Amino acid sequence: MPSIFDILGPVMIGPSSSHTAGAAKLGYIARQLLGAEPKQAEITLYNSFARTYKGHGTDKAIVGGILGMKPDDEMLKNSLEIAKEKGLRYEFKLIMKAPKLHPNSARIKLFDLDGNKIEMVGSSLGGGRIEIVEIEGFKVSFSVAMHTIVIIADDIPGSIAHISGAIAEKNINIANMFVSREEKLANMIIEVDQDVPLEVLEKIRSFRWVHYVRLVEPIL
Amino acid sequence: MEINSFSDIFRYAQEMRATIPEVMIEYEVRKTGKTREQVIEGVRKILNVMIESVNNGLTRDVKSPSGLLNNFAKKVYNAKINALTVNFKKAIARAMAVSEVNACMGRIAAAPTAGSSGIMPAVITTMMEEHGISEDKAIEGLLVSSAIGLLIVKNASVAGSEAGCMGETGSAAAMGASAIVYLLGGDNKQIESAACFAIQGAMGLICDPIAGLVEIPCIFRNAIGVANAFASAQIALSGIESVIPLDEVILAMNEVAELMSPKLKETAQGGLANTKTAREIQRRFIYQIDIGK
Repeated sequence: MPSIFDILGPVMIGPSSSHTAGAAKLGYIARQLLGAEPKQAEITLYNSFARTYKGHGTDKAIVGGILGMKPDDEMLKNSLEIAKEKGLRYEFKLIMKAPKLHPNSARIKLFDLDGNKIEMVGSSLGGGRIEIVEIEGFKVSFSVAMHTIVIIADDIPGSIAHISGAIAEKNINIANMFVSREEKLANMIIEVDQDVPLEVLEKIRSFRWVHYVRLVEPIL
Repeated sequence: MEINSFSDIFRYAQEMRATIPEVMIEYEVRKTGKTREQVIEGVRKILNVMIESVNNGLTRDVKSPSGLLNNFAKKVYNAKINALTVNFKKAIARAMAVSEVNACMGRIAAAPTAGSSGIMPAVITTMMEEHGISEDKAIEGLLVSSAIGLLIVKNASVAGSEAGCMGETGSAAAMGASAIVYLLGGDNKQIESAACFAIQGAMGLICDPIAGLVEIPCIFRNAIGVANAFASAQIALSGIESVIPLDEVILAMNEVAELMSPKLKETAQGGLANTKTAREIQRRFIYQIDIGK
């Protein structure tokens, strides 16, 4: 059942909920996954995103999101200039036909000053709703409708128990958990009911077999 | 609390001895767990964005990146000739103002969509200005309109890619018509009829944006959506009832949406978007030209 605020809203920067608002969200999520100030961005737009590109401000929206602007931030319009001021280098590649991907999809690769990088693929589904479909080569599927913890760790016995233990210790309720494996690494997407204190993330990070932990917060 | 039809809304209103805005607040409270006050404040925020977007479009320089829209709303607002009355002219200009803000990457409230985001702000701000409707009353008007939008989302679609412009500006006009009737003291039957007339006036309307941009004809259809809303409300308030009930009109809308060619649903492959001139504009302004084959 829709909410009345699906009818009256969302409040957003135009012109398109899928090509502008959803695109800004994807950039914002990539920034959270990097977890630091991005210095370089390589963005690949696919299908309809590639075709309309500047026409719907998809480029400004994604770069704005990467700079930390939300879909209702009026600064999105000036994001390309702001990127220059802040020293964020960006480049766009366009791929017109990627039949396996949703019509509105983007691959975003971000680097910080220390050379850390993150790569993700996300799709804008319409009405500002989005789905993340790939992180660091792992196939995933989540919508950032809730606070989401993203983990990459060695695929060893007991890892899930340790991680869920660290979360449960602070009385945080796990709503959904998705695990996928590639060779010797495991990716975990954990959706929780509330905000996650830093100490929980620090505890997970302290496990020697954990390589990557980030919290992605929902964007209203 | 399930709302699947206008009959449901009508029944809840009778059982609760409540107005449609009260029914919608109760629906949202039960659905989301928010308090009544939170729901009202949420709608107030939407109202304020709507008012701001009208003002921005009438005062800021709003020329779209493609150049297709260039401060049209101001021209209409300040036009020396009135086709009808000054306030009718202003109502239309307000819808165009928001369409221009949207095209220029300004802030808007999608209601129900970004492409149709001019209609509800124009209806509500015109009611506030011409009829002295208070902010609190305007919020009630928006709540009435949300009921109509909700029924269309449930039983047809408001997306241009699914139901063409009928789904976007047609739905917004129906929402606007219902709000006008409520704010001028019409009863629930008249609210229903006004929504019916507005949808009937937009039945089959296609989505054929030039170069795939939310600009032309979107801005004109937003203007016409406001005219549709006021015409439909006027007819309903005069005591004329829709022959076809709203629930059936929305089902007809869904049937028409299914029959509509995909070329006429936001893909910029048919209608105005496929004219010789539109294709030239597309080549000139848009970096890629393989949108339609």
